[in-house]
Amino acid sequence: MDRYRHNGGLRQYVVYVAFALILAIFSIILHDDGFLSSQNLLNIGRQAAPIAVMAVGMAFALAAGEIDLSVGSIVALSSLVAAEMVADYGFLLGALMALGVAAFVGLINGIISVNVRIPSFLVTLGMLSIISGIARNWNNLQSLPIRNDRFSAIFGAGGLGPISSLLIWIVIVGVIGHIALHHLRWGRHILSTGADRNAANAVGINTARVKISALVVSATAAGFAGILLAGRLSIGRHNLGEDYLLTVIAAVVIGGTNLFGGRASVLGAITGALIMSMLNNGLILMGLEVADQLIARGAIIILAVALSMREAKEV
Amino acid sequence: MSNTAALMADGISKSFRAVQALDDVSIELHHGRVTALLGDNGAGKSTLVKCIAGLYQPDSGRIFIEGAEHRISSARHARELGIETVHQTLSVIDPLDVAENLFLNREHTRGGWLGARLGLLDKRRMRTDCATTLSRLDIRIPSLRRSVGSLSGGQRQAIAIGRAVAWGQRIVLLDEPAAALGVEQTQRVLELITNLRDQGLAVLLITHNMEQVLSVCDEAVVLYRGKKSAEVKVADVTKDDLVAYITGARTNS
Repeated sequence: MDRYRHNGGLRQYVVYVAFALILAIFSIILHDDGFLSSQNLLNIGRQAAPIAVMAVGMAFALAAGEIDLSVGSIVALSSLVAAEMVADYGFLLGALMALGVAAFVGLINGIISVNVRIPSFLVTLGMLSIISGIARNWNNLQSLPIRNDRFSAIFGAGGLGPISSLLIWIVIVGVIGHIALHHLRWGRHILSTGADRNAANAVGINTARVKISALVVSATAAGFAGILLAGRLSIGRHNLGEDYLLTVIAAVVIGGTNLFGGRASVLGAITGALIMSMLNNGLILMGLEVADQLIARGAIIILAVALSMREAKEV
Repeated sequence: MSNTAALMADGISKSFRAVQALDDVSIELHHGRVTALLGDNGAGKSTLVKCIAGLYQPDSGRIFIEGAEHRISSARHARELGIETVHQTLSVIDPLDVAENLFLNREHTRGGWLGARLGLLDKRRMRTDCATTLSRLDIRIPSLRRSVGSLSGGQRQAIAIGRAVAWGQRIVLLDEPAAALGVEQTQRVLELITNLRDQGLAVLLITHNMEQVLSVCDEAVVLYRGKKSAEVKVADVTKDDLVAYITGARTNS
């Protein structure tokens, strides 16, 4: 038990228990609605992919003691950039450009927040508005179609045999994120900076650069989520990802990442995203109207986050 | 050991807006000697340590290390010059484990050039080296994989000190290292300090405990309201003398 206690007790396992519990509950009450059909389970996974990717990025921002509220707007911008560029430069370069634009937005977020010493929630809130505006202007609120089969196949619509490429991307992002957090010096410095910035400074860690890099990662991850949505839907559009923010933060926090820095879990964030997707799917299958879904989802998120934060305080 | 001071800070002044925290303070640290830095709360002790550790830039004054002048621009720079510091507020990181803390910002990496560029941690080597270091210092921690946040105050302090001791090349600055410790642990810290001294390092010890000064320190520098009020050999003074300097009842410098 010792090994568990020191890392925040059982709370790091809460998310997996919750996952199993919700899965079990839906399996029972939605048995006749095909919740457990492989088609539906795959659907849950596919729906979760953009959220999961963003949640991994957000876990790094939170771990470093920052937050990125602009991620939803970056999803849209990235999808538009990809749609625009894929046509001219091919799928790979187009995707890289979309990622580059997203990373650049994160860099601006980070530099302003760290150098001008404005809390990142304010900077990224402003950035959310700016990027949303740019995305709306991009094509006068119209979708940009993507007619590149390779792009769509690799980033969402295709897959390896029965396995959707989206699921493969979740695994890839998860593995990279987990290694970066636990096995790279950078990951340790992210946690150190978020846990105690003064102490991290005192041992010579460049905490300013660490914080900027964390915001670059969260924005880049959002950019990648935009590419995945663009790939699945074969469009770029100004409102993709618009309502993801709350879901992403909920997924990360339920997954065991501390909202105020110093503790993060990549696998937890991904599981949190799967829980969110499962809830969404289950509520739809239960036949709730959109308005009722919103109410139920909001209530469940607050409850779940409250539970996970309460546990965090006790430990 | 040469006669050159390991560290000489000359005429250091530092103010924060209207408050003059340090006013023309000079201090010398010598190899193989422990210097006490004394003074009441707010006398400027921690400010002086932070100027030497690279966390503050003095407004004026010069710092020489082994006779060569350096402008210590950052904590990293101070470390590169062989100066290790244990600050009053512990600089251990709770969520990281013991080995990760000991090697914080000095991590071993593996996988050759690429691994070093990426910063791929060699956790196994960090743990074995950590175990060696801690046992050399006779610091006992139940498991190196435990996060430091789960350890007792004394163990955390021991790790912070252990880190300074393990890496200190020339100079170790200790800002109230035993403040939160019990009797036995305090004794252990004092042993570590004499150990460092015997290895030829220059040690600066901030403390409020006169017994500690008399038992392990060779020299004492006393600050009073940002100014140096006394600089004495510990063998020449009594506890009452030191207290008089600290409270400003007497000066000698």
